[in-house]
Amino acid sequence: MKVGEFASLTGKEATFGTSSHEGTLLAIEQANAAGGVLGKKLVLLTEDNQTKAGEPANAVNKLISKDGVVAILGEVASSRSLEAAPICQQNQIPMISPASTNPSVTKEGDYIFRVCFTDTFQGAALANFASGTLKAKKVAILTDVKSDYSKGLAKYFKARFATNGGQVGIELDFNGGDKDFKGQLTAIKSDVPDAIFLPGYYNDVALICIQAKQLGMNIPIFGGDGWESESLLTIGKDAMEGHYFSTHCSPEQGTPEMVSFVESYKKRFNGKVPDAMAVLGYDSAMVLVDAMKRANSSQSTALRNAIAATKDFAGASGKITLNSERDALKALVFIQIKDGKFTYNTTVNP
Amino acid sequence: MGAIYALIALGYTMVYGVLRFINFAHSDVLMLGAFTAFYITPRIEKLLGSQAALGCILVFVVAAILCACFGMLIERLAYRPLRNRPKLTVLITAIGVSLLIEFTAQNEKVFGAAPVPFPQLLPEYAIRLGNLVVSSNDVLTVGVTSILLGAMWWIVQKTRVGTAMRAVSYNQQAASLMGVPVDRIISFTFGLGSALAAIAGILYAIKAPGIEPLMGVQPGLRAFIAAVLGGIGNLPGAVLGGVLLGLLETFAGGIPALSNYRDAIAFGILILILLFKPAGLLGRSSVEKV
Repeated sequence: MKVGEFASLTGKEATFGTSSHEGTLLAIEQANAAGGVLGKKLVLLTEDNQTKAGEPANAVNKLISKDGVVAILGEVASSRSLEAAPICQQNQIPMISPASTNPSVTKEGDYIFRVCFTDTFQGAALANFASGTLKAKKVAILTDVKSDYSKGLAKYFKARFATNGGQVGIELDFNGGDKDFKGQLTAIKSDVPDAIFLPGYYNDVALICIQAKQLGMNIPIFGGDGWESESLLTIGKDAMEGHYFSTHCSPEQGTPEMVSFVESYKKRFNGKVPDAMAVLGYDSAMVLVDAMKRANSSQSTALRNAIAATKDFAGASGKITLNSERDALKALVFIQIKDGKFTYNTTVNP
Repeated sequence: MGAIYALIALGYTMVYGVLRFINFAHSDVLMLGAFTAFYITPRIEKLLGSQAALGCILVFVVAAILCACFGMLIERLAYRPLRNRPKLTVLITAIGVSLLIEFTAQNEKVFGAAPVPFPQLLPEYAIRLGNLVVSSNDVLTVGVTSILLGAMWWIVQKTRVGTAMRAVSYNQQAASLMGVPVDRIISFTFGLGSALAAIAGILYAIKAPGIEPLMGVQPGLRAFIAAVLGGIGNLPGAVLGGVLLGLLETFAGGIPALSNYRDAIAFGILILILLFKPAGLLGRSSVEKV
């Protein structure tokens, strides 16, 4: 039985794809070791979309029409999930995204699911964090104009931050992949905000924090789950110190599911510590396997209905219940970068 | 930023000047330059201590030499066999070479796709001039570019090799009849251009210390625009174009309404220049004989 996966294994956001792929792979291997599903072994077919727009559509088309997969797992980044979702919907192949948080992803149709929270929730949580924990009155926003995730998250943040009585200062954009942000940062500096909200992906975030430090800016910078990658620390180094981000879960959170996942992940991938994308990649595949067992079939409508009925599934990242919007309602954690490490800060429940 | 664009544009322009084609693999030589520096820096630091000025110069020189050899190798293997074919064939081959390098480099066994942190070559200082904060690395970039521009001008205008380069650029056949070793001169031009790319790559990596196999694509494109903007084939034009483009982009980045149009501005300029002054700001217009 073939399961398709598309991920950004190469290119700019390669660590996302690599992590989620490793998580997914581990889940499929565990399912097969336990005797497979419906008496058959699962075969995971993975396509790399090179972090490029246009490629996810090719990849998913190939998986569905040429390989005949029963379900699709992917992507971390919302822009690329949004590209694949209409194709899966049209072919009535269930698609489960591990970590795309932009609300419009699952609005593409009733065959599209996700095992993570949405940016409506994350944006609000970040705004509460800014006015509560950071006590910021005025926040500057720097978004990635190329990413649906970044734009969406900024929108929900702004809405909640304004209701909290905060003031949104200067709002600037950059292009994902830019290397020089001094123009934007100088403008932000002269606007004198209390903090900078930076809903971007880790590569750009690290460079922005380095250049902010060079300009002598000592205000906290915070962002969403797009920050989550070891690369953030290896590139950003001491420039990342003291900044915050929100994400799906922390390997330190200590639930039995998480502990056993971290253990088997380390064993499978030479001692590598999993990040949130790996956990969600694992959960997306586990939810699918669970649904296949309950549906007792891989026929697309039955499988879709079984996924939609997922309730209180004990995933590694936490309990997963899919609501009528096909989104998971889950808690979110804040991480602070302290002494060059991701340190667990607080948990926010939905 | 402008100075880095200028440096890359110099390489594009030199190759164009001699061979009349755009070497798309130029931006990948830039990436290779940065990776060479990434691998040799620890070795040199072991010899000379970390963040030493001499070590830094050595890194630049070694990377430039290695990339020069690599540039000549590309020319020898990919472009020379096509010397007498239509220009379009060479152009497509250049794109092919570029993609080949990019995707080979992304293989886990070569460099891998994930960005790696670039070592700090020199201690960094912030120079304050009133309200203005200038990083010492930016000063270094501008300095290196000016020196290299001077050096290139000197090579092309004052030396025998330069005279030969200009002769080849003017008319390959006539030059070879006059005893100019055309193959060697073209090889030299590629070497020189690739060395410039390597140096630009290192400067770029100092500015943005996460290096990955696709890092050359964006600056390469911008530098190409800069070269066209200044007048392709024209050395001071390339630098002028680079600096102008860099300034425009940075200013656009700081203005709220314009910051998401940074790329559009760069490419808009390319279209405007091609429409109104196809030869570029400092280029001579030439009439194509049919």
